[in-house]
Amino acid sequence: MAKKIVTALLGAAVLGMGAQAAQADTLSDVKAKGFVQCGVNSSLAGFAAPDAQGNYAGFDVDYCKAIAAAIFGDATKVKYTPTTAKERFPALQSGEVDVLARNTTWTINRDTALGFNFRPVNYYDGQGFMVRKSLNVKSALELSGAAVCVQTGTTTELNLADYFKANNLQYNPVVFEKIEEVNAAYDAGRCDVYTTDQSGLYAIRLTLAAPDDHMVLPEIISKEPLAPAVRQGDDKWFDIVSWVHYALINAEEFGVTQANVEEMKSSPNPDIKRFLGAEADSTIGADLGLDNNWAVNVIKAVGNYGEVFDRNIGAGSPLKIERGLNALWSKGGIQYAPPIR
Amino acid sequence: MAAPASVASGRTERPPSSLLNDPKIRGIIYQVVTALVFIALIYFIWTNTLENLRRANIASGFGFLSGRAGFDLGQSLIAFSSDSTYARALYVGFLNTLLVAFTGIITATILGFIVGIGRLSKNWLIAKLSTVYVEIFRNIPPLLVIFFWYSGVLAVLPGVRESIALPFGSYLNNRGFAFPKPVFAEGFWLVLVALLAAIVLSLVLRRYSLNKRMATGRGVPILWPSVAMIVAFPLIAYFIMGAPLSFDYPVAGTFNLTGGSVVGPEFMSLYLALSFYTASFIAEIVRGGIRAVPRGQSEAAEALGLRSGYTTRFVVVPQAMRIIIPPLTSQYLNLTKNSTLAIAIGYADLVSVGGTILNQSGHPIEIVAIWMVVYLSISLLTSLFMNWFNSRMALVER
Repeated sequence: MAKKIVTALLGAAVLGMGAQAAQADTLSDVKAKGFVQCGVNSSLAGFAAPDAQGNYAGFDVDYCKAIAAAIFGDATKVKYTPTTAKERFPALQSGEVDVLARNTTWTINRDTALGFNFRPVNYYDGQGFMVRKSLNVKSALELSGAAVCVQTGTTTELNLADYFKANNLQYNPVVFEKIEEVNAAYDAGRCDVYTTDQSGLYAIRLTLAAPDDHMVLPEIISKEPLAPAVRQGDDKWFDIVSWVHYALINAEEFGVTQANVEEMKSSPNPDIKRFLGAEADSTIGADLGLDNNWAVNVIKAVGNYGEVFDRNIGAGSPLKIERGLNALWSKGGIQYAPPIR
Repeated sequence: MAAPASVASGRTERPPSSLLNDPKIRGIIYQVVTALVFIALIYFIWTNTLENLRRANIASGFGFLSGRAGFDLGQSLIAFSSDSTYARALYVGFLNTLLVAFTGIITATILGFIVGIGRLSKNWLIAKLSTVYVEIFRNIPPLLVIFFWYSGVLAVLPGVRESIALPFGSYLNNRGFAFPKPVFAEGFWLVLVALLAAIVLSLVLRRYSLNKRMATGRGVPILWPSVAMIVAFPLIAYFIMGAPLSFDYPVAGTFNLTGGSVVGPEFMSLYLALSFYTASFIAEIVRGGIRAVPRGQSEAAEALGLRSGYTTRFVVVPQAMRIIIPPLTSQYLNLTKNSTLAIAIGYADLVSVGGTILNQSGHPIEIVAIWMVVYLSISLLTSLFMNWFNSRMALVER
């Protein structure tokens, strides 16, 4: 672990000039090497986890695929770098990955002092608690004196300290670096409570020995806007990552799906035609440095936002997470995208 | 120097040629050039790193250490809360590293000497058991030994509600070992003073006995008087001050045992793993050291009529120590460095805490620098101490 960081640092320091050149224009760099290097979670069911064949799948992974589809028209041109909570930032800083799509919370410190740009929020999350049903706990306020398992280097760890302090509760933190270690320790009874983003709790509950013995408490104690991150100072690349998300949202709004995207090109609705690059003399892609049909490629690869959500973490997945805040703005949520015009 | 040398070798004397041809001066020039290149390289890396950090909009400098940590730590020897600074968090980690290294070194040394001597035992069972121990622990990576103990502790011990009750109000469960915490009332200082006085008096007695033995060949008994003093003095002080000591017993709370002191499974497994792992190497060093003392030495001692216990204590071991100590130092350093594997089981050592800070504050270069400086310092100090100890144990020729 430490070695990896040191390597990354030395890489950044000694090959600094090279990394700088790459940083200045990530898009050309990605096009030259022929794939997107995407930093993902090492193993979080629903967001990014390898399947039985070792292929990564999940919500964040679909974002990597969507970006690759937008650039190359081919969703397979991605390479994944599994990262722990601690490795993720040095990996992005040093240029080891081009984009970090790793259920990472957007905070001011990370946006400024760490030298990243976050946007757009692709999942509005909040921190929750999971406990054993046998403890008969109904609220997080009854948790005084508990041993709490948490992954180190996360906003979760800080929110936890703040929440217990604010409510004048005692607790004993049990911290691990890897999510797998936290899961194992909680399952083995090393701690009473597991805390992380609520989406994560639902995902982790399914991987425990007896999921039905555990419950997620109702409290949400923080705002966790999860967003993909890129390095500061490369606006072109930042635009591409942002507009891939907005394309997914717009597609859902327009009712454009993986199945009907080709027919929609000839839709009478000028908004949809423009969005799909089917308008005459369109510069909808060229302005981003992409093909005009980039949005078509994205939707062909992964579907619209609703499809991505349902397939990985929503109703169509074992996690069955409600859309909640992540519903479209027109349907009671806060997922909203600027117009593609 | 060149001129007399050529005279001595019988060659005809030559006029001094160019300075560059003088091997001594050329040597100095090479060294200066190498040093300059090295310094230039360091300077280049340093400025380039700073420049790149600046261009990547990453803040740098050590000022962040005085910021509020914001996270809590599971194991801490000193008071720590989320309001403490990053610097204090690092200090907590540093103390935890020292704690596990120090206790580990002591246990590994004791265990290593027992097993090492055991391997030389004439008793077949003891010798074979010691061999099996050494071969098992020496040939497993330390990380696996740590996992072995950690999952062992977690899997074998019962949950907190089915804690195993031990004597003196202690409990054992998969959250660790809970025992009564001593609470010192006012006046306890006298007990400590009495204990200190007893120890000093024992040392004085020992010195007196040694001098007397040197002068007359007969010492005075020291063991039992010392034990009596060390037990009796503090006891008397304790009762004079009106029993200024009470205990805070662990009791079952809603989730955990509350009160008392707890040694968590993280510390226990790391400590046990490092001790057992390093002890297997120390055992081999001890065996090698004893084997290296020539057989003639113990034969000579036997010829003088020394009993076998005395032979080992006064003839074999002092000579073996000379051979044992230098490699023993390496093992101590290894143990200290291996303690960084704590990160795998969530023990809050320097690397683990530093990693958290690194991630929360986003200052990887500074943290890595602190890590390197601290471990280098600990290792150099350990070496320094062991070298001093080694020179004390070296054969004094008379």
